[in-house]
Amino acid sequence: MAATTSAYDPGPPPGPVPAAPRAALLVLADGRFPAGGHAHSGGVEEAVAARRVVDGATLEAFCRGRLHTAGLVAAALAAAAALGTDPVALDRAADARTPSPALRATARRLGRQLLRTARATWPHPELDALASAFPRGAHQPVVLGAVVRAAGLDGADAAHCAAYESVSGPASAAVRLLGLDPCDATRVLAAVAPAVDRTGAEAVRAALRVPESGTGALPAASAPLLEIGAEAHAGWPVRLFAS
Amino acid sequence: MTAPGTAEAGRGAPSGVRATARVTAAPDGRGGTALPVLTGEGPLALRRVRADGGWARALLVGAMGGPLGGDRLTVRAHARPGARLGLGSAAATLALPGQSGEAARYDVRLTADAGAELRWLPEQLIVGAGSDLAVATRADVAPGARLVLREEQVLGRTGDAAPGRLTSGLRLRVGEQVLLEQELTCGPGAPGGWDGPAVLGGHRALGQLLVVRPEFTATPPVARLLGDHAALTPLAGPAVLVQALGRDALEVRRVLDGALAELDAPDTGP
Repeated sequence: MAATTSAYDPGPPPGPVPAAPRAALLVLADGRFPAGGHAHSGGVEEAVAARRVVDGATLEAFCRGRLHTAGLVAAALAAAAALGTDPVALDRAADARTPSPALRATARRLGRQLLRTARATWPHPELDALASAFPRGAHQPVVLGAVVRAAGLDGADAAHCAAYESVSGPASAAVRLLGLDPCDATRVLAAVAPAVDRTGAEAVRAALRVPESGTGALPAASAPLLEIGAEAHAGWPVRLFAS
Repeated sequence: MTAPGTAEAGRGAPSGVRATARVTAAPDGRGGTALPVLTGEGPLALRRVRADGGWARALLVGAMGGPLGGDRLTVRAHARPGARLGLGSAAATLALPGQSGEAARYDVRLTADAGAELRWLPEQLIVGAGSDLAVATRADVAPGARLVLREEQVLGRTGDAAPGRLTSGLRLRVGEQVLLEQELTCGPGAPGGWDGPAVLGGHRALGQLLVVRPEFTATPPVARLLGDHAALTPLAGPAVLVQALGRDALEVRRVLDGALAELDAPDTGP
């Protein structure tokens, strides 16, 4: 009956629940999220073999280049998908922005793996519909946008997640490929982080134009060495990473 | 004639040249191709040249040089049903800075109707130091039409300390379907990493060859490398893209010529 008293003061009652969920984004962007991304180097394996990436400085230049090209395109596709754009139209737009068949196949494989994991994680009728519409897999950013919706996140979350993935994959692969100090790889990610934020914001602005202007409003920034290198890498008999 | 000339650029009026070159090709009824429209303007002069095998061929002949900053140049080529049109340029195009500090625009619009064949094979575009150029090439190809499109860019002239700034866009639509949409931005002020190991890797010459053929639907060419910095890739439709990087324009041209010769083997060009 006696009220228990404690020295611990919980403080005033909690304020309003934050409007934007955050933890789901951390789950999705976590490198340990089991969607197969760890098996891909984002082109860094080929760039290391060709000695274009040899240290932290060249890794950073690689990451910046990938972020502003493939990363921006992926972020805008993901944001547009998260905002509810027709995934079939987005998947075609992704094809048109990916001339390398090796990269198109990689994007679909990653999309399929992400969708499988996400349907088990955040079951949602839109994810089921996406799986039926694309039995061979949709481009990963298109799936990512749909997953973001299913997880209750928004277009900016999708864009930032895709933009971040475009550099985090190469950075962690470089640790294995170059024997780079993980601190150096993480320093690269921190150095690139402001550009990731700007890219995410630019991607969202582009995605917001899609309802009015169509998928032609999406960025189409290209990286010739990523495209050419992906075709070279796909022909290797032995490799550490799938792409 | 309302298009202001370069002389007005210094007066702060809408600066730069506005010029359009137009060519339309149509079958002449005798197995050849006529050019019912062939008009140039300002720095874009057009001249018909000899061609065989049912082709009509025209060249852009640089009459003034440029584009300079603030210029807006447009080339429109249209091959009507059944026409065979080859279009090239007599010399490389050199982009230079203008007085206004504005960017220059160079738009190319190519249209090939059903059963037509269009070849756009201009010489290189050289992006001189201090210039700022936006190139946009749009090709609309009807199902069943054929297209060969080449574009080559050289970043900086020999001896230029830095190239100019270039934004180069390429879009291919076959029927209702956009098969290729890409944009490359490089030079001073371009997003970080443009010259790094993911994008150009220090190369100063780049080229693209786009080939559309209806038979690629049934038998798409297989993706393959063409040397160390070039690849031929089938797009998600009846078209292939060759992307090539090189130290200089000659290296890129050799790769693109080799790829075209291989694709052309069962075909006849203009």
